[in-house]
Amino acid sequence: MTIRTLLLASAALAGLSGAAAAENVLKWGANRDIGSLDPYSYGDSFTINVLNHVYEGLVRYNEDLQIEPALAESWEILDDKVTWRFKLRDGVTFHNGNPFTADDVVASLQRVSHETSPLKGNLPAYVSSAVVDDLTVDITLNGTYPLLLNDLTNIHIFDKEWMVENGAELPTDIGSGVEGYATYNANGTGPFIVESRQPDAKTVFVVNPDWWDEPQHNLDRIELTPVTSAATRVAALLSGEINFTNDAPVQDLPRLDAAPNVEVLEGVDLRTVMIGFPFRDTLVSGEPNPFKEKAVREALYKAIDLDLIHQRVMRGKSRIAGATVAPPIPGYVAELDTLPGYDPEASKALLADAGVPEGFAFEFNCLSDGLVNEEQFCQAIASMWSRIGLAPKLDVAPRAVQTPKRTNGKTDVYTLGWATLPMLDAYSPLLQIFHTKEGNSGVFNWGGWSYPELDALIQQAGQELDVDTRLGLETQALQIVKDEMIMIPLHQQPMAWAVTNEVTEMPLFPDNKPRLWFAQVGGQG
Amino acid sequence: MTAFLIKRFANAAFVMLAVALLAFTIFRFFGDPVEMMVNEQATQEDRAQLRERLGLNDGFVTQYTRFVTKAAQGDFGISYRNQQDVMVLIGERFPATFELVLVATILSLVIGIPLGVITAVYRESRMANALQLGSIVGVSLPSFVVGIMLILAFSVSLGWLPAFGRGQTVDIGWWSTGLLTPSGRAALVLPALSLSTFQITLVMRLVRAEMLETLRTDYVKFARARGVPARRVHWVHALRNCLMPVITLTGMQIGNLIAFALVTETVFQWPGMGLLFIQAVTFVDIPVMAAYLMLVSFIFVALNTIVDVTYAWVDPRLRDDTATAGGANG
Repeated sequence: MTIRTLLLASAALAGLSGAAAAENVLKWGANRDIGSLDPYSYGDSFTINVLNHVYEGLVRYNEDLQIEPALAESWEILDDKVTWRFKLRDGVTFHNGNPFTADDVVASLQRVSHETSPLKGNLPAYVSSAVVDDLTVDITLNGTYPLLLNDLTNIHIFDKEWMVENGAELPTDIGSGVEGYATYNANGTGPFIVESRQPDAKTVFVVNPDWWDEPQHNLDRIELTPVTSAATRVAALLSGEINFTNDAPVQDLPRLDAAPNVEVLEGVDLRTVMIGFPFRDTLVSGEPNPFKEKAVREALYKAIDLDLIHQRVMRGKSRIAGATVAPPIPGYVAELDTLPGYDPEASKALLADAGVPEGFAFEFNCLSDGLVNEEQFCQAIASMWSRIGLAPKLDVAPRAVQTPKRTNGKTDVYTLGWATLPMLDAYSPLLQIFHTKEGNSGVFNWGGWSYPELDALIQQAGQELDVDTRLGLETQALQIVKDEMIMIPLHQQPMAWAVTNEVTEMPLFPDNKPRLWFAQVGGQG
Repeated sequence: MTAFLIKRFANAAFVMLAVALLAFTIFRFFGDPVEMMVNEQATQEDRAQLRERLGLNDGFVTQYTRFVTKAAQGDFGISYRNQQDVMVLIGERFPATFELVLVATILSLVIGIPLGVITAVYRESRMANALQLGSIVGVSLPSFVVGIMLILAFSVSLGWLPAFGRGQTVDIGWWSTGLLTPSGRAALVLPALSLSTFQITLVMRLVRAEMLETLRTDYVKFARARGVPARRVHWVHALRNCLMPVITLTGMQIGNLIAFALVTETVFQWPGMGLLFIQAVTFVDIPVMAAYLMLVSFIFVALNTIVDVTYAWVDPRLRDDTATAGGANG
């Protein structure tokens, strides 16, 4: 009883002192730190997400994840179909006072697409850009390409003069052994300005009073503190040392929910969890590969009790998926979202039909630091497969260890989560996972499949500028993926944020990215 | 003494080279840093290019030689994840770890030694027995459990002390200290306590055992017989002779504390070297891991030497080889 009273008293004290400071501070406890202040030097979507508060793109996502103008006011595709003309917003200034012009856009695009940039894959169709006048820019692509705007939401615009002054025109190249100025300094156009940064300790952002847009938030400061230990993060939230976290640990949700000063924000992530099969001639063991038979893939699919995984492993918080993209993703239609039905007897019959009635052994590759409860659902699935006579050999290790095995074909069956980020379109998995592996396509086609009719549809979609036609093509392609069971979807994974009652407004985005320019802090709450 | 020092330095250099070799052998099993560095949309070709630029395709011997040559010149390269000079990165974190370890060590001595004396002198009393029992708990609880329990008690329930971080720090030259601000001192309490729990019990048990031994010796009996006050006999004459193993232990444990502070640092998000290392492991940040391992092994080697020298200083019999032989006779 006394401890509880003390807790309430201290919470009240914390509230009072917050009001006395008369500042609205969002104290964000993240599960990790950003890599640096340079969004272009490490291919890390969390860093890009955080720095989006400082740097902005030509276009951005609104509260409903629809693309809207940001630094560009309007755009059109010129008659050659490959050049896009952007009219830029007038009167925008960088945090250092420099005006925002077409030169800045060109310099930024050159920086991010430079050959040493780890992010150049984010602008796959980019060829060149040119200044037309102070507030007009032409971007030339390698063909007709419908998704340039989606790509540009994540391309932050730097100030050219600032980059030239500080020798930061190129992304930091670790190979050359030289540090970059942009690693320590930031100068964007965004709603917040970097005030200070201590890596792994605290990064402070203050509000940009000269932001071009009408602010929806009421924050004066954001203090981003990485708290990597989940238990400490929960404790810090309960004690009010942080008032927001974008990673509330699943096992602590009931406890957080029960706390009087904490609210848990739960949702379903866009990330679809899938299982992929090998299509090579032999398995890692050297045996012939039975997965080339569709009947075998179907047998494995029907042997998975999706309901049980949803109830037990995911604690009822996931969304069982029948399609390889989540419902909010353009290209998804409800007809794709049907389930095979759990039927181990049918699985055994399918295996018998495929000529492997006594089952076979194969490797099953999972990550220990990947998806939500990945280790547990992998174990569950492996035992379900054992029940139909198969002998999966579960191999669980960190991402850095497993990825080389996956890309080099050193494993058989594997898990993959795909959120279609940063594109937010079904074209993303179609091009990167389901297309034949060649050039820029099929980078994540680890199984090595090739379906010419599927490739044709994807390529057609990648050049179709009419939205409805394009989405129709994408849906058709997803249907082939489903019918052929190239990869089998399991679920969309749960996501949970948590805020204390100091935070009055915190929209939860299904792409799991905090956008704090929509957040409100209410002091007393 | 000079020959002894030269031999020590040669040994140290050999140990460091061996550590580097071992480290490089282990890194092969950590995985591929490039997979962590590029984003999802990078093509296979981009990845291969980056691997080439980082020199990861070179042979093991080439990579090792390059690392040792550069390290000898003090160049540990650039962190893959933070894109910062590794030495600067570690230099920034060193004060945090050092202050934590220093305070934990002081705590362990200030608390551990008196407790050890008390439990030895009043060994039949109820308090001594309780302390003995408590020390078993202290030795057997892992430090992350102690840390979480301290956080639950003092941060969540009582709200007295912060659960994580280092509070406000003050920069003195390149050294950042948290000892000069109230929030910095408050932030230091829980991590230092949790790091020193094991150490306190270790010192206490060691002092107790030594004291029990010493209290039986003749000179203590003579001192008592001569009428020297019990307090003076226990705390000056007897204790002084018990301190030798404590010095050794403390010296050796400073290395351990620095190395194992990483658990405490992770629990309390203490921005020290251990936390940096943990992050580096997650992201396969090879330059940081290599430099950290070299630094920690350097600290161990240096501490060993310092302890040897301190021995010689405290115990006159160890000052040179001939005296040692004579001392053994006497």
